[in-house]
Amino acid sequence: MGAVRLNHITKTYNNKSVVAVDDVSFEVQPGELFGLIGPDGAGKTSIFRMLTTLLLPDTGEATVDGYDIVKDYKMIRSRVGYMPGKFSLYQDLTVEENLRFFATVFDTTIEANYELIKDIYIQIEPFKERRAGKLSGGMKQKLALSCALIHKPTVLFLDEPTTGVDAVSRKEFWDMLKRLKMQGITVLVSTPYMDEATLCDRIALIQSGKILSIDTPRAIVNAYGEQIYALRASNMYRLLNDLRASEYVKSCYAFGEYLHTTLKQDNETTRNELMMQLRSRQHEQLEMKPTEAGIEDCFIKLLVQPV
Amino acid sequence: MNTIKFLLQKEFRQIFRNSTLLRSILLAPLIQLLVLPWAANYEVKNISFAVVDHDHSPYSQKLISKVSSSGYFKLVGYLNSYNEAYALIEQDKADVILEIPPHFERNLVRENQQKVFIAANAINGTKALMGSSYLNGIIAGFNNDVRAEWLLQSRYNAAPYIEVAPSNWFNPLMSYKVFMVPGILVLLVTMVGSMMCALNIVKEKEIGTIEQINVTPIRKVHFILGKLIPFWILGVIVFTLGMGIAWLVYGIVPQGSIFLLYGFLALYLLAVLGLGLLISTYSSTQQQAMSLSFFFIMIFNLMSGLFTPIESMPGWAQVIARLNPITYFIDVMRLVVLKGSGLHDIRYHMLIIFGFAVLLNTWAVLNYRKTS
Repeated sequence: MGAVRLNHITKTYNNKSVVAVDDVSFEVQPGELFGLIGPDGAGKTSIFRMLTTLLLPDTGEATVDGYDIVKDYKMIRSRVGYMPGKFSLYQDLTVEENLRFFATVFDTTIEANYELIKDIYIQIEPFKERRAGKLSGGMKQKLALSCALIHKPTVLFLDEPTTGVDAVSRKEFWDMLKRLKMQGITVLVSTPYMDEATLCDRIALIQSGKILSIDTPRAIVNAYGEQIYALRASNMYRLLNDLRASEYVKSCYAFGEYLHTTLKQDNETTRNELMMQLRSRQHEQLEMKPTEAGIEDCFIKLLVQPV
Repeated sequence: MNTIKFLLQKEFRQIFRNSTLLRSILLAPLIQLLVLPWAANYEVKNISFAVVDHDHSPYSQKLISKVSSSGYFKLVGYLNSYNEAYALIEQDKADVILEIPPHFERNLVRENQQKVFIAANAINGTKALMGSSYLNGIIAGFNNDVRAEWLLQSRYNAAPYIEVAPSNWFNPLMSYKVFMVPGILVLLVTMVGSMMCALNIVKEKEIGTIEQINVTPIRKVHFILGKLIPFWILGVIVFTLGMGIAWLVYGIVPQGSIFLLYGFLALYLLAVLGLGLLISTYSSTQQQAMSLSFFFIMIFNLMSGLFTPIESMPGWAQVIARLNPITYFIDVMRLVVLKGSGLHDIRYHMLIIFGFAVLLNTWAVLNYRKTS
């Protein structure tokens, strides 16, 4: 039995005119680090709010830890941890007061579960007399995570925990999640960053309220099925236009400092002809190399060819 | 019980940490109580009056000096024609014109009657009304003086006439401060109860902390009580401070039972907090809550009988005033503080406020469930 199970969940807003979550079903295994990956407005937060009993689904049913999200909402509230995307702790209380407050709310103490939050809390403990509103972004996230963990939840919901956090803090944050997973806590995390997807055990790619694909990051990448070539030249914009106009090219997207391109027929001849074609258009410092597909490539492909 | 205890602990910690809020809860009402009663005064003094004297007789001089020595009027012009006096009104230099016709003294003596003309600038209605009625009173007094003088001289028996000697009960000196202070205190307690409470709850919505609270086992009833109790206590504190000022600065000591006042306050705060809670369920930002409570408090203030008597309002306005909790508390304050009324006299007030408390809180809780 899954730690979290969704069965044909649909959620609409504004009298059914806006469909936020469209017939979504998936299952998360106990102790899994599961990622919901999708752009802003894909429906990630709505799914989280339904699973944490803040929102009622229109149709469908879901369970968390075996409890129904509608009928047994009280049971769920005492056993899950939720960290909303927006910092929502008391800004006028200090770090320690916030933590103590949430511990007391769950009828426990900081001391009782200190082991669980130690790794995280130790980094913000020097600032425990500081008001939460005066912390930096990364420290706020650590405090919010500590508060969400203080009652030793069985399932942890993290809604875009790394949005607006610097690269170093993001990496630290994911290391922490890995350690929580080792403690046996099921973690559901959502993120708009594709590069974070590979850090999850399994991911669901979501767009416009629909699940595009659910699998391990490796399997999703392997399922890409085509060779991607990374191209670069001095004038990237002209290169992009030329590639898209070329009869050999199937798709071409900007990806960091390279253009990720797939070919209609991938063989030595077409590759050479493409390069000749580009050189004839006076592209300088032209470079082409095969590269491995990333989650973002898969995401774009799934968007272009809907399942 | 334990849940409520630490919710209260958290709430008071936040209130005491927010020095601006604390100042506006405690200090601002007190300053208002020290300032407003001196300004909110119906007594009209320094009415500028112009005299058009066509008679220039000893009697007309006597009348003018009687008016100017009354303490209410300030002579700004002694003129020969009505048009000149009217120009003063146009320039806003005079509020009232007193015109004494030619042969004023002669007609008064010979024909036993004479008319004078009063014209008042009614742009400031209160001043015009008070000015002309004061002037009427002074002229009536002058009339009696003249009659007494002539009756005495003619050695007739005194003609019977009724003299009215008014006596102002419960506020013998007709001091407006005594009348206003208890009322203003009610307004201040109402502000703390409804507006501050509504803003506090909506702040949790706006910042998003209510989400975090909602995913915990805290029950809604605990959360609401955790919000109401601190502001109930603050309301009692503000009231106590206000009564202290009323005593120290204005010398107002309740004639009736102080316990009765606090008993009514306890009930009244429940009703007002219910209003605050209700406002909070209808607003999602502090700005909305602010404008909504401002709307209610404005109407409640002006239609509470504090400034103008309810009996002189038109019928529909009286209905609104009767649906206004402030009306009842102001009434009770004046009854108990000035008149010394007992529980028996205010039992209907108590019943009505209890009704308000039940209605507003039930409505708020029902709406709170629906919207979350």
